[in-house]
Amino acid sequence: MTHLHLESASPGDTEQLAVAVAGVLRPRDVVLLSGDLGAGKTMFTKALCAALGVVDAVTSPTFTLMHEYRGRALNVCHADVYRLERTAEFDDLDLDGARAAGNVLVIEWGEVLSDAFPDHLALRFAHADDANQRSITLAAHGSGWQSRLERIAAHLGTTVAP
Amino acid sequence: MAEDLTGHKVTADESTVVLGIETSCDETAVAVVMGGGDVLSSVVASQLDEHARFGGVVPEIASRAHLEALPHVTAQAIARAGIDVGRVDAVAATVGPGLVGALLVGVSAAKAMALALDVPFVGVNHLEAHLYAALLDAPDAEFPMLFVLVSGGHTMFVAMNDPHDYRVVGQTIDDAAGEAFDKVARFLGLGFPGGPAIDKAATRGNEKAIDFPRAMRNEGFDVSFSGLKTAVINHVRAHPQVASDDVAASFQRAVVDVLVHKARRAASQCGARTIALGGGVAANSLLRREMQRAGDDDGVRVVLPSREMCTDNAAMIASAGWYRLARGETSPLDTGANPNLKLAAGQR
Repeated sequence: MTHLHLESASPGDTEQLAVAVAGVLRPRDVVLLSGDLGAGKTMFTKALCAALGVVDAVTSPTFTLMHEYRGRALNVCHADVYRLERTAEFDDLDLDGARAAGNVLVIEWGEVLSDAFPDHLALRFAHADDANQRSITLAAHGSGWQSRLERIAAHLGTTVAP
Repeated sequence: MAEDLTGHKVTADESTVVLGIETSCDETAVAVVMGGGDVLSSVVASQLDEHARFGGVVPEIASRAHLEALPHVTAQAIARAGIDVGRVDAVAATVGPGLVGALLVGVSAAKAMALALDVPFVGVNHLEAHLYAALLDAPDAEFPMLFVLVSGGHTMFVAMNDPHDYRVVGQTIDDAAGEAFDKVARFLGLGFPGGPAIDKAATRGNEKAIDFPRAMRNEGFDVSFSGLKTAVINHVRAHPQVASDDVAASFQRAVVDVLVHKARRAASQCGARTIALGGGVAANSLLRREMQRAGDDDGVRVVLPSREMCTDNAAMIASAGWYRLARGETSPLDTGANPNLKLAAGQR
């Protein structure tokens, strides 16, 4: 599994990362976001959607569980399984159906779905010492993401780690 | 009198009985409302005690759960209304926004019932229904009205010129107010549900202890609570010994300051004679007190609906259905669910 470790000094850096990820996305991709409260998962999703040309306001789906957005070339299904952690009601969100329809799935608190989606890009956000800083680790799961993670790294002027 | 596509006369008066069904997310609810405002019965299936046992929100989003609860809740609603089912003049159901699987249970049941009873089916926008919930508790409220919807899933300011003419003037650009309460409560270990937990802790804390940011206080009517949530987390990480009650009180004060400030300005701009609250956060004691005080200062009536009318219920769905009938609107029986339904022009 290939990793890319980044130190984001500001929300602007996270936006740059979102632009790089948006550049390699294809229909039916799965992006799983993890990290503590306030670590930047929704902020990243907003930036990702903006980079994909979504004009609607992108808001947190914690309570509403799932939002769908139309981008220029790709549509995004933004889900949040924070409230479903204990109930395993994931099936009821019909994520497979949303994916089959061509949506890119972006799922907050999505690490619990790693096994359900063998091919996915995982992003883990962590607080750093400075309030504005975040440590972000990207991991390529499945064959489809290895080369694309390298392209993301190249876009950001860095390289991946094995 | 106009007829709809199924040949039903479309009418709504004081004797018109609408049965409403709500299954857009966590709740299975059915209500019977006469004349748009007389709630004959309102039954909600959820059991908060059961949720609290798990120490977090356990949503019954499963279509299966709605399907199991709906016949029982419907029978209860009709029995408590004290009417024969043949007295129902129209059946309304939430068609969106919400989860497609959950929505379809209520929509299918409502359409089947409308077909069996040979009465019109009326699809209802869940967000629009919240507007009418305020009117259920305050039927004499004067327009123009500024409606402030503050729940776990939504935060928006809606300017209403009359019950049929409204527009969204502001909304959250990230987290809803109720979500911020819930997440901060969870972060502070104050328990569930987060809103009441913060409300209670705040009474023991000093709201001036920490000066949390009031985001976007002077830019339009949009609000943002994500930054406030992060500020709370950063503060506690930097000051591990801080008293949770002080954090809760200072956080709550920041949220309420922003909501009241925006509501006042929006009400002033749209010439509102009434400010009405809706959504679960409308139960917050500080928000109720401060909004009332602001209204008193500004000469604007403040409507603070009961908790039953603030949170998701089906009486507001039946009422919204009545208002749609009054506009001469019904829905065809091939109406589906629309998970991404917007409230109106203005909502982005």
